[in-house]
Amino acid sequence: MNDLIGALHFIGRNGVDQPGEPTLVYLALKHLEIAGAAMVVACLISLPLGVWLGHLRRFSFVAINVANIGRALPELAVIAIGVAVIGLGFWNVLVALVVLAVPPMLTTAYVGVAGVDPDVVDAARGMGMRELEILRSVELPLALPIIFAGIRIAGVFVIATATITSLAGYSGTLGDIIANQASYRVSGVLGAAICVAALALIVDGAFALLQRGLTPRGLRLDRRRLPQVGLQLPAPD
Amino acid sequence: MTVVIPNFSSGGGGSCESENHLFCVDWVRRNWSGVLEPALGQHVVLTLIAVGIGFVLALGMALAAYRLSWLERPLGIGTAILYTIPSLALFEILAPFFGPTRTTAEIALVGYTLLILFRNILTGLREVPPEVRDTARGMGMTARQSLFRVELPLALPAIMAGLRIATVTVISLATVAAYICNQGLGAPIFTAINENVFKTELICAGGLAIMLAIVADIILVGVQRLLTPWARTR
Repeated sequence: MNDLIGALHFIGRNGVDQPGEPTLVYLALKHLEIAGAAMVVACLISLPLGVWLGHLRRFSFVAINVANIGRALPELAVIAIGVAVIGLGFWNVLVALVVLAVPPMLTTAYVGVAGVDPDVVDAARGMGMRELEILRSVELPLALPIIFAGIRIAGVFVIATATITSLAGYSGTLGDIIANQASYRVSGVLGAAICVAALALIVDGAFALLQRGLTPRGLRLDRRRLPQVGLQLPAPD
Repeated sequence: MTVVIPNFSSGGGGSCESENHLFCVDWVRRNWSGVLEPALGQHVVLTLIAVGIGFVLALGMALAAYRLSWLERPLGIGTAILYTIPSLALFEILAPFFGPTRTTAEIALVGYTLLILFRNILTGLREVPPEVRDTARGMGMTARQSLFRVELPLALPAIMAGLRIATVTVISLATVAAYICNQGLGAPIFTAINENVFKTELICAGGLAIMLAIVADIILVGVQRLLTPWARTR
């Protein structure tokens, strides 16, 4: 209990024990920076591929199994191999986070688009829509909730995993505090852990707002369109 | 953990190690039985204990919540809170109480399995069609017989799916646990990072952890197919 109160005090004074130490806000922003960069790259890779495969409704075996293998990847092991091959630094951490974020997004993008009612797609085709038009105006809006469910899972996952990059010697995330119990004590570790959890919740909420903004108004009211697929939880880190 | 010192007298591979090439087969050959194999064994033991204890606890909690539905919310929220704590932080918070031991690691790892297993077991049980339950009662089964002969077997696919996720998650988190208890495949990873980023050891330990996770997943899929022959055609 004392540690919890200490943790709140730690957050209250912005993580500063002695002058010259990075503040919580600074580390949180650095944390967001690398997590955000990884999410952008991962989105650019996984979403077009998953959406296009889903539109073709082919290669489901690949799209689904990428996620199963991706889920099985231990993050620290991926980072370790990255350190060996690329060396330590921003790029290695970025690659490792991208490797971890791509599978859930690829699979949900595929599942979301491939799961759109084929009758609706046929109707659109019958109305004379071209393939790209069908994808843009019919399939994507209908698949949006599921695609976003994948993006949100990956976002939380990347935020959480960025903390353990400190163990591999990368400095510049909230993990720096968590991995340094000797200087920050249990209250500091707990305070930083609370900040990581809060950061994950904020990012999740931001994606939820973005999803609302992107959903056409007609679909917004249709509650049956909420994601119903059995989504897997991201691993905690 | 064995300190990696390039051993020129043992012949071969010496320069590969001292120059820290990407992969030194010779180092693997000499350190397999001393470093990698024990770490792999410890990792398997860490995982089996955590998943085993977690499964027993989660099964008990899920059965309780299945009978007494008011328990579902507090148990769900409690396990969800445990799940959101960053693993590294949980290991460090527990370490003062239980020391830098395997116990600390296991308690944290068990905590992470609870949400996944609890949710999957309960969902599996809840998804048994009410007609099936009624039929079982109508055939004269007691509540207990219905649970063990009808409802739990029908929930098996969901339970096995939970076990797969939980196992893979624990294998992943157990690498981080080495930061506290110096056991499992995370230990050689941390050694290698401290030894001037010794690449061969990083690749071996990381690769073994990834392979272990994939192999465990495949084994559990096989077990699931053996246990649920009726679901095989799907």
